[in-house]
Parts: sequence; C-alpha cells; structure tokens
Amino acid sequence: MKPRPPTGRRAVDLMVRGWSVVSALLGIAVLIWILSGVIVRGVGALNLSFFAQLPTPPGMPGGGLANAILGTLAMTVAATLMSVPIGLLSGIYLAEFGQDSRVADNSRFSANVLMGMPSIIIGVFAYTLVVLPLGHFSGYAGALALAILMIPVVTRTTEDMLRLVPNTLRESALALGAPRWKVTLTVVFRAAKGGLITGILLAVARVSGETAPLLFTALNSPYWFKSLSGPTPNLTVTIFNYAMSPYEDWQRMAWGASLVITAGVLAFTLLARLVVRERKL
Amino acid sequence: MTKANPATSKGDSYFKWLTAICSLITPLLMAGIFLELVAHSLPSIKKFGVGFLISQNWNPVTEQFGGASSIYGTIVSTLIAMVIAVPLAIAIALFLVELARPGVSKVVSTMIELLAAIPSIIYGMWGMFVFGPFMAKHVQPLLQGVLGFLPLFQGPPMGLGMLTAGIILAFMILPFICAITRDVFQLVPHVVKESAYGMGATTWEVTRKVTIPYGLVGIIGALFLGLGRALGETMAVTFVIGNAHNIAASLFAPGNSIASTLANEFTEATDPVYISSLMELGLVLFIITYLVQVGAQFMLRKLYKSWSVGL
Repeated sequence: MKPRPPTGRRAVDLMVRGWSVVSALLGIAVLIWILSGVIVRGVGALNLSFFAQLPTPPGMPGGGLANAILGTLAMTVAATLMSVPIGLLSGIYLAEFGQDSRVADNSRFSANVLMGMPSIIIGVFAYTLVVLPLGHFSGYAGALALAILMIPVVTRTTEDMLRLVPNTLRESALALGAPRWKVTLTVVFRAAKGGLITGILLAVARVSGETAPLLFTALNSPYWFKSLSGPTPNLTVTIFNYAMSPYEDWQRMAWGASLVITAGVLAFTLLARLVVRERKL
Repeated sequence: MTKANPATSKGDSYFKWLTAICSLITPLLMAGIFLELVAHSLPSIKKFGVGFLISQNWNPVTEQFGGASSIYGTIVSTLIAMVIAVPLAIAIALFLVELARPGVSKVVSTMIELLAAIPSIIYGMWGMFVFGPFMAKHVQPLLQGVLGFLPLFQGPPMGLGMLTAGIILAFMILPFICAITRDVFQLVPHVVKESAYGMGATTWEVTRKVTIPYGLVGIIGALFLGLGRALGETMAVTFVIGNAHNIAASLFAPGNSIASTLANEFTEATDPVYISSLMELGLVLFIITYLVQVGAQFMLRKLYKSWSVGL
C-alpha cells in the first residue's frame, strides 16, 4: 500500500522546485545578457588601430587605446610582483608554522576581512600613502592598491593548498635530513603547485578588472605609457571616463575596452579552474 | 631524537621569521587603513561633529558637508540587493545540490560563479547602456502600473536610480551567497537528509526543516559576506545610481552611495575640508564593512568548528 502525500504539501514542494529552476535560469540569463551585450557592442570598436594607437579627441576617426592596454598590463605585473612573494610567504607561515597559534589566527582573520574590504577604500588608502606625500598621481600608487587587494587572496589560497599536502610527504623529506625551508620550498610547493598557480591567477583576474582603486591613484592619461611614476593610462578608468562622456565614438571605444577587459578576466578565471581540474586527474 | 644540524636550524629560524613577518602584513594593513582614514577625517570630524552623519547638506561651494544622503543610499541600495539576491541565491543553491544532475549542476555552478568574475565596471557599462533603458521601458512602467499608489514607485521612470542600482548589486552578490550556501547544503550529512526523506518529507520540507537549520550559521555567514560586498560596490553603482545628493522616497529617483560619492568627487576635491569630508565618508564605509565582515567571519568560523567537532 502506498500512502499518498497530501496534495497541499506536494504543491508547495513543486512551487519551490519550480522557483529554484527559474532562479538558476535567471542567473544564467543575466550572465549571457551581460556577456552578449559586451560582445555585440565591443566587437565593432576592435580593430588593429585599437591595439596600436593613442586615443584621439572626440570626433576624430581612428585612434586606439594601446597606451591604456600597456599601462594596465604594467600595473598588474607590478602589483603581482609586489604581492605574490608576500602572499606566498605569509601563506607558508599560516600553514606550516603558525597553524592554530594566536598570531596566525589574527593574520588569517585580517586577511579574510581585508578580502571583503571595498576596493575603493584601498584606493583611498594608497592615495594617502603615496599620492598625498608625492603631490601627484602615480602608477605606483595604483599598483600598490592592486597589490594590497591581491595579498589576502594569495595568502589564503596558499594556506589552503599547502594544508592539502599530506604530512607524510613533509615527514619523509625531513627524515632525509632536509631543513624545513627546503622541504617547504621544494617538496611541499611542488606538491601544491597547481593550487598555488590557481590562487595567483585568481588574484590577477580579480585585480585586472578593478577600477575603483585606480581612480585617484593611477588616474589616467592620454599619452604613451612611459613609467609608473606619473599618471598612468589604464583601460578601466578609460572605460569610466569615456562611458560618462557625451561623445558616441568615445562610448564605442569604452565598449571595445570593456570587451578586452572582460575577455582577459574571464580567460584568467577559466585558466585558473583548468589548472585545478588537471591537478585532480 | 638527535639534535638538528645547527646550520640547518639557523636557516630554518630565519625562514620562519621571514614568513612570520609577511603574515603580519595583513593585520598591519588593516590597522594602517583605519588609522589613515581617521587621521585624514579629523578636520571634517572636528568641523561638523555628529551632524555630518545626519545632515544631507552637501555643498562644496559653501564648504558645508553632511553625508546623510550617501549613507542612506548605501543602506537602501544594499537592502534592495539583499531582498532580491537572498531568495534567488538560496533557491539556486537548492537547485545545484538537490535537484540538478551532477553534470548539469557543475555547468550551472560554473556559470553562476562567472557572474562574480565579471568586473564591477562591466556591470556598470551594462547597467547604464543596456539594463537601465530596459528598466525605463519595461520594468518601471509595469511597477508603476501595478504598485504606483506607493510612494516607492512614483516619479518619472528614467531607468537610472536606486532601484536599478539595487537590482544590479543583487546579481553581483548573488554568486557569493550562492557559493557558500551551496557548500553548506552539501556538507549536511546524507544520513540526516535521508532519514527525513525516508519519513516521507518532500524536498522542500527536508530543506526547510533539516538542511537550513543544520547549516543556519553558515547561511547567515554567507548573507553577511554578500551584505559586505554590496555595501562597498563602487563602479557598478556609480554608473547607474544617478549621482545626486538626494534622499527621495521613490526608488526611481536618483541618489548616491558612499562609494559612488568617493568615485565621483575624490579627484575633483581640492579644498582640504572637502577631501577630509570624503575621507570621513570612507571611514564610515570602512567601519560598516568591517563590522559586517567580522560578523561573517564569526558565523563561518562557528560553522566550521561545530562541524569538525560534531561529526
């Protein structure tokens, strides 16, 4: 004999199931809507001169954002160079030495909180630290702000990845007489390589699309990128400025830049996922 | 156990110290950010006192600054985002864990996570040029037609304003809430769920009476994380909120948030009191986000602790 569930309960269940399918579809629809919007509007702006020339004043045909692309790359690379060593080392401390000590606990907690801090606040901080004392906007301040955003991401993924490495591996290397630092940097790091690369890629992906921390640090510039010591051209602030301008050709350029940034960020994100997947096989 | 080679142990202690110093950088940064913000907001705090938080007079010409409209906008846009994002995120997590086949679940899960990877400024571009006009043409007239008697939905449907900002924020924080809720749902032991199913409970009853209570701290932690994200989102909000120092009853009206005010005005501010007032707004945002983040960490930590002990 089969007891029949009351239809009321069944109806509620069906409604919730339906709602959850609709929600999932809605999420996917928004993703596709945004991506297709960026592609459709951005493709038209992309051509050879977009990647090779300086921006032109509104109304003049041609021109490109080559300087902004270079500036964004330079600041991202500088931020990566600043943050990755610090992030890796502090991740090592949390996983290998500090573990559950109070110092490690505090550091972990601050990293988590810092990860959730609005990036514009980090921008204000870099402004007070670099721009105010120097008296002018600078690409270094922008790179510093990006580095501060990256450090907690790299730290936390490093710790998580190192913790996944089985202790037996450490013990066997230590038993052979290797010093702890050598065990960490050669044995443990090699075992966790894929995870560490993922962490770094995700951090890069996160900051390369950031705008808010660059608004009043790197600012922007219509000239060729020469060094990080002055206002530095970059794609994201260019998007902001051009999108807010009343000129149609500038807005078109902003869509082109949006496409470039979106493609770059998504490529890094998907690459990071692929690295992890390969490790698992 | 024999004593280690002194040369090795020396190298080891240097290494340990080096890593320890690096791990102190994040706490120092947090403290540094707070102190810098306080130091630079002092002139404004001295000049305007508590009035800064309740006055909505923002006038660079007369050098009178009150942050009430920005604070109000931050809170209202975040509230709208949470009201929309929370039911969606929990429903999607339910779909991923309980309803979808593993293959489907993986693909959908990746797509939802990609929503978090899209940069804020892209949401802004899309919001201003695609979603805003869509709101003005379809959604806002509809809302006005049905609920137009409420002061919330009055005024011209311009497409940009508090409601549009809140909706876009909702989609930006949805993946964060969804990812943690999904993990929490997955961590609930199968035995517990299956015993409920075995008694004839439906999927929704298992979720509501078993899964959600079991992982409640985790879900609350996820909500706090999403809340923290929404409070400080800058570029997307700056594009669509309308940027007016203005507190209006209508959600169609333009407003601003702390983050959007900073993004719009920081580079233009030359006057020391002006800059200091912006810094004070930054300080307010820092304190709010800090408290929310601490709440989130507290909840999530409690969750992991209870599970590592309880199982």
